[in-house]
Amino acid sequence: MTGGNSGSGWPLELFLAEAKKEFEALSNSNGDRTWKREMVDPLLSVRNLGVAFGNRAVLRQLSFEIYSGDCLAIIGPNGAGKTVLLKALQHLVPYQGEIHWSPEARLGYVPQRVAADRELPLRVSELLAAKARVLHLADQEMDQVSSELNLSPEFLSAGIGTLSGGQFQKVLIAFALLGRPNVLLFDEPTASLDELTEERIYELVHQLQTQRGITLILVSHDLSVVYRYATRVLCLSKNKVCMGPPKEIMTPETLEELYGAPPKYYRHLEEL
Amino acid sequence: MGHIYAILLAGLFAIAAGLVGSVASMKRMVLASDVMSHLALPGLGIAFLLKGNPLVGGGATLFLGTLLVWQLQKKTDLATDASIGVVFAACLGIGALVTPNEDLLEALFGNFQKLSLPGFLLGTAAVMLVVAFLLGMKDRLILDLFSPELAAATGVKVALLDLGFLLVFSLTILVGLRFMGGLLSSALIIIPAATARQLTGRMGQFVVLASAVSLVSVAVGFLISTLILKTSTVGPTIVIVSVLLFVMSLLKKK
Repeated sequence: MTGGNSGSGWPLELFLAEAKKEFEALSNSNGDRTWKREMVDPLLSVRNLGVAFGNRAVLRQLSFEIYSGDCLAIIGPNGAGKTVLLKALQHLVPYQGEIHWSPEARLGYVPQRVAADRELPLRVSELLAAKARVLHLADQEMDQVSSELNLSPEFLSAGIGTLSGGQFQKVLIAFALLGRPNVLLFDEPTASLDELTEERIYELVHQLQTQRGITLILVSHDLSVVYRYATRVLCLSKNKVCMGPPKEIMTPETLEELYGAPPKYYRHLEEL
Repeated sequence: MGHIYAILLAGLFAIAAGLVGSVASMKRMVLASDVMSHLALPGLGIAFLLKGNPLVGGGATLFLGTLLVWQLQKKTDLATDASIGVVFAACLGIGALVTPNEDLLEALFGNFQKLSLPGFLLGTAAVMLVVAFLLGMKDRLILDLFSPELAAATGVKVALLDLGFLLVFSLTILVGLRFMGGLLSSALIIIPAATARQLTGRMGQFVVLASAVSLVSVAVGFLISTLILKTSTVGPTIVIVSVLLFVMSLLKKK
């Protein structure tokens, strides 16, 4: 849509396309949202964040803000620092720069994998109860989370070593939800899960977003999911960092630059 | 009376060892911690040399060594794993060199002897401290065992918890040091837990069984040692009994 075709072809379509672009620019771009945003403090404010391991800088001069209700998707190739960013946001790794959460932020974290070995003689209910007791939660909270996620009594009394990938993921989500977080940090929630389970997990995530107004920070390789649920996208890679609404970021050019290979997906132009 | 105190404390030690051992086994720190009792040896040796209180000497180097191991463990790479091994071996070497010859066997393999009332009370207090820590920190330990990251995200001070556990581990070794010796004092922490793991998959049962197996090992080993073998070096026999119990547990069909 470069408008270089004056005098040829379809003036009405061109006009409509430009009008559509302008309309989207009004409703999506960061700049034009500031009139709304200035009235609300950000839930999370990150300034010049840097994380290095030894001599290797993984994150450099990263700055962004997140507002309540956002769903931020973090995309990028392996090794770009996506997991490290999630950990830094929770002060789980040393960092430079500023990470400022608003006082009412309550975080829940669903990591990609945990250190626990399958042999650990721990039942699901025992794990959840341990967190509930450490946080001094009321007894009903565990029951509430269990019923929200449809965890059966058999599931709750199963040993964590006997769970399938999808079931284990559910346990991690239940664990994260204890304590009523209003922010969920999700690291690759569906890596190594089959498609049906993947769908269920994302339905659940979407439910959390729409029904509970939870702010989501999501690391995902699944671009279709990012496109479906994200309100903002942060792309991380060794040579490029960008942030913006999905429609801006998820262009073939940006993705090729990010991943080093053309994306294998098709965006339906009618959706624009 | 002194012998009664010693027997009672041995029993208390056995229970503490089982508890600590079950947690150590779940933490997968079995190999590293099995030799932690070596840390006491230089201090034991110096104490024997200077005719001081062996427990004070042993306790001092055990404590310092534990702090060192804790620092080394925080950096998790192969080099520090090896350096922990070097520290343990060095302690054994130094301890053996420093200890006067006539006391060497006792330092390494222990000696069952009378215990004074103050000694008994101190030992009991130490065991109660160990049990109180493990019970009080039970939920945090469970979170740490499952995922140190998620534990930290839940607000658990993981580094301090690990240090606390290492210190409690050392304290247990210290309680058993006189009668088990510097080489074997941690064997009783490790072996009964391994036995209990064969017998159950539930955490509560596992922890209790580890203590029970430990207690049986001490009782049976002690009886065989003093009544049949007529020696006060009870440590090796206790360890052999615990190993036999472990072998028997392998025969159990799950």
